[in-house]
Amino acid sequence: MSILVVAEHDNNAVNPATLKTLAAAKAIGGDIDVLVAGKDCATVADELAKAEGVNKVVLADNAVYEHQLAENVSKLVADLGKDYSHVLAPATTTGKNFMPRVAALLDVAQISDIIAVESADTFKRPIYAGNAIATVQAEDAIKVITVRATAFDAVASEGGSGSVEAIDAVFDNDKSEFVGEQLAESERPELTAAEIVISGGRGMQNGENFKLIEDIADKLGAAVGASRAAVDAGFVPNDMQVGQTGKIVAPQLYIAVGISGAIQHLAGMKDSKVIVAINKDEEAPIFQVADYGLVADLFEVLPELNEKL
Amino acid sequence: MKILVAVKRVIDYNVKVRVKPDQSDVDLANVKMALNPFCEIAVEEAVRLKEAGTADEVVVVSIGPKAVQEQLRTALALGADRAIQVETDDMPDSLSAAKILKGVVEREEPDMVILGKQSIDSDNNQTGQMLAALTDMPQGTFASKVEVADGHVSVTREVDGGLQTVKLALPAVVTTDLRLNEPRYASLPNIMKAKRKPLETVSTDDLGVSVKRTVKLLKVESPAERSAGVKVADVDELVDKLKNEAKVL
Repeated sequence: MSILVVAEHDNNAVNPATLKTLAAAKAIGGDIDVLVAGKDCATVADELAKAEGVNKVVLADNAVYEHQLAENVSKLVADLGKDYSHVLAPATTTGKNFMPRVAALLDVAQISDIIAVESADTFKRPIYAGNAIATVQAEDAIKVITVRATAFDAVASEGGSGSVEAIDAVFDNDKSEFVGEQLAESERPELTAAEIVISGGRGMQNGENFKLIEDIADKLGAAVGASRAAVDAGFVPNDMQVGQTGKIVAPQLYIAVGISGAIQHLAGMKDSKVIVAINKDEEAPIFQVADYGLVADLFEVLPELNEKL
Repeated sequence: MKILVAVKRVIDYNVKVRVKPDQSDVDLANVKMALNPFCEIAVEEAVRLKEAGTADEVVVVSIGPKAVQEQLRTALALGADRAIQVETDDMPDSLSAAKILKGVVEREEPDMVILGKQSIDSDNNQTGQMLAALTDMPQGTFASKVEVADGHVSVTREVDGGLQTVKLALPAVVTTDLRLNEPRYASLPNIMKAKRKPLETVSTDDLGVSVKRTVKLLKVESPAERSAGVKVADVDELVDKLKNEAKVL
């Protein structure tokens, strides 16, 4: 078996989801090659060549791949992927964008968002927002798979000795173009990669009050998340949303503050190792999944917690 | 401009799903079904483009047995002009659905196809992208804003780090995210009117598509349940537990 893992990166650094996707590839077994497609991204290729278990890094360095446009990247991945038994990418918004195009170009099904590898052709994946877990078997010759990164432990980023092979395959198109992006700038760790996540819900009452959470996050080196209710109410931007329709997180410690615990939120965080809930409503469903619950007014608790950590 | 909207019949999002005792699938017998929420947003966006004068016709299509006509009528009540049911015995997988939709695109020649980004049953998030690849259309997935001008559509996309904007030449495929719009409720007069709007049924043979399934569902199980832990009295006890019991601080 031979596996092609499509790396996620920002042309400068490897996104940690890539190392977790490599762990899924390792569980499948076989030679693992990595594709780094981007612009001026040779450092990313060099970095990944050192990752555990990587045989070869294929580097496609060209302006047409700078912004990971699905139209271009999918053609490149399909062209390379036809020689592999498995093509994997992290189930990030980038992977979710181009991978189904790859599958369609190869005329095979895609297995989305796998959380476990049972064998080379059999995988587990959540359905119905994680309310059921399906075990599926792929019969196509090439398995196109996206990986839920939080379900796998990253492979070591050092110690490997893969080679780097630059290719000059250029797939461009005249139908789509990148216009711009507004990315949230933060010193804190990325939500899906953080060891600790502290999230606020509707109970925060407004965006300014999120400062109480941010202060604690900075003390703990944690990422800050939010429930859909807090995002819909305009307290914080959408990229902070944890839940079925937002980001799926599974940190060592998840602290839910002023979050009632709607199913849609639980779907995004219930695989966290330890869950703490702080809510003044003792009937809130979040307490049913929390390891430690504190029934109290968050406006009293958060400053105290900040002081005592 | 003509807009094609693909919609799916799924379990109502308020229903708690239950796995069948034999673990063959989830139990959908006598369960309330509805229009997939992301598809509802897709219909709403198309209808708004028509109301703004950008589009002049909104066609909805759904794939499946006769029951899907119920969701097509819902879409018509929300403001779509006519409906197409592609009749199949059961729900095809994403790639087959995309091939069927490609057949519909070739017949209807829409300027834009809008779909929900994913259905809340299989959670695949594939069909729109696959349709775009098969028809060689550009795509704007996970849209939170859609603006049409001069033969192009600008799509603001919800991505992990924030927002990204792409400009696509029409015809193009757009898939909807939650914050694109807030769908309206169908009024009673519109529900009545929808009953008289045209609804055409075609077969996969009419479209020249054969449906196959290459992913076998072996088993469906309930996720591991988390049990409620303990209530702590105050912040001191919480910090103590996290440090000394859970050892996560």
